[in-house]
Amino acid sequence: MALYGRLAAARIRSDWQYRTSFLTVLASQAMVMVFEFLGVVFVLQLVPDLGGWTPTEVAFMYALATVPFGIADLLISSVEKTADHVQQGTFDRILLRPQPALFQLSANDFQLRRIGKVVPSSAVLVWAVLNVDVDWTLGRIGVFVMAIVCGVVIYGSLWVATASVSFWAVASREAMNSVTYGGQSANEYPLHLYRNWIRATLGWGIPLAFVSYVPTQWLLDAENPLGLSDRLILATPAVAAAMAALALAIWTIGIRHYQSTGS
Amino acid sequence: MTELGASPSPMRARASVRLHVEVARRSFRRASTYRLATASGVFVNTVFGYLRASVLVFVAVSSGGVVRGLSAEELATYAFVSQGMIMIVGLFGDPELGDRIRSGDVVVDLYRPADLQTWWLATWLGKSAFQVAARGIPPVLLGAIAFDLVWPSEWWIWPAFVASIAVASVIGFGLRFWSAVVVFWLLDNRGVDQAMTFTITFFAGMLLPLQLFPGWLETIARWLPFASLVQLPVELYLGQHDPTSALLTICQQVVWAVVVLALGRRLLAAATRKVVIQGG
Repeated sequence: MALYGRLAAARIRSDWQYRTSFLTVLASQAMVMVFEFLGVVFVLQLVPDLGGWTPTEVAFMYALATVPFGIADLLISSVEKTADHVQQGTFDRILLRPQPALFQLSANDFQLRRIGKVVPSSAVLVWAVLNVDVDWTLGRIGVFVMAIVCGVVIYGSLWVATASVSFWAVASREAMNSVTYGGQSANEYPLHLYRNWIRATLGWGIPLAFVSYVPTQWLLDAENPLGLSDRLILATPAVAAAMAALALAIWTIGIRHYQSTGS
Repeated sequence: MTELGASPSPMRARASVRLHVEVARRSFRRASTYRLATASGVFVNTVFGYLRASVLVFVAVSSGGVVRGLSAEELATYAFVSQGMIMIVGLFGDPELGDRIRSGDVVVDLYRPADLQTWWLATWLGKSAFQVAARGIPPVLLGAIAFDLVWPSEWWIWPAFVASIAVASVIGFGLRFWSAVVVFWLLDNRGVDQAMTFTITFFAGMLLPLQLFPGWLETIARWLPFASLVQLPVELYLGQHDPTSALLTICQQVVWAVVVLALGRRLLAAATRKVVIQGG
């Protein structure tokens, strides 16, 4: 952990040398989120009934999905670069160093400017927490924190799992975005607005419903048009742990499968 | 850059046209070699199409079938056609020229006895033409599996739509040319390029059809060049214009294309006057 901090700090120092670039990227990342949220707001204004959810509840759910996504993006999404390393043969260099490859990839390429994504969504989350009609008991606060942690783990696992695919098929990088960014995008609206098969995919296939929909439903005691069990919230940490284990397994198998492109 | 203002003789003009056609053809062929990457891109565009269409259809259905004059089928069609246009108009940009300026390779381009902007425009159009078949049509066909879509009802809509996306592609190039030329000054244009991406995504009608924006914002968006990239071509496709209004729409796009390219030229001229090429 200390090493992660030092590597990340080195990276931040070097990025800070190019201040204009650093600040413009930071600002644009923040603006991306602002525009994206505006899109959600416009949709909410047009829809008279969100399956019994209030716009504030949807905003809460949106933020509870985007904050962990932003944090995971900040901490680990650099593993996306695996495809480039495999393609250029530089992955060998990473394997030679006495640190786990996953750790090096995420720490060496730590990009603080990605925090631009977290700031606007955190603002939405704070606003939503203050405006939902909920008694914030200790239990609720605990579940809230757990939901964020599990969300980071679930999104992070997705990144690792999809990055592993480039050990087999380098050109698949774009398709993998449909799982990471697509998953995030799917989590912008309540699950019950989607059709059955998309819902099933988000519940069972790529269980992103556990990042935000399930916790929001439980925390806010929101309408429950899908008739989900109250106890489903207990599955969230289990889903996160399973996803992490699965992602690490795929990653390990991927590295074992890796054959250098060098001659 | 000495040739910028020179008026070429007819023979040189013909040679120049041939040169650009050849450049475009080569670029078309180069784009067509990355098959798996193309398939992978179609997949992601389609997935996003499904998600966007789901939300848009929900909006229409929950407002009684039609929202702001658009039916559920039209909105689903909007989602898939616009997803298909991402690569054709270069919604997410193309780092090639910017990277060449950063690395200093652009000096080779400046040496060439051809204009830098039209050379890269030809490259872009070749690539873009390939994307029509490879990335444009598949998401719409794949979308039609799960959603009811509308198809152009009159024959003239097809040529109008094709003309419209061709001009849209030129505008898309022109806008990215701006953010690439910025590299001459900033050396790193990632922030500017990302700003361009979200501005385009939002104001072109990619995030949502502009009709779903609040009225005042829709009006503003329609006065900007970005609407020409996605919103206007898709409107033509959906048959929301009669022939006269379609012609006017395409003319409006052409005006924007000329303005955007001309501004890019001014920027480039300013940049090359002060240019410091990277590298030894």
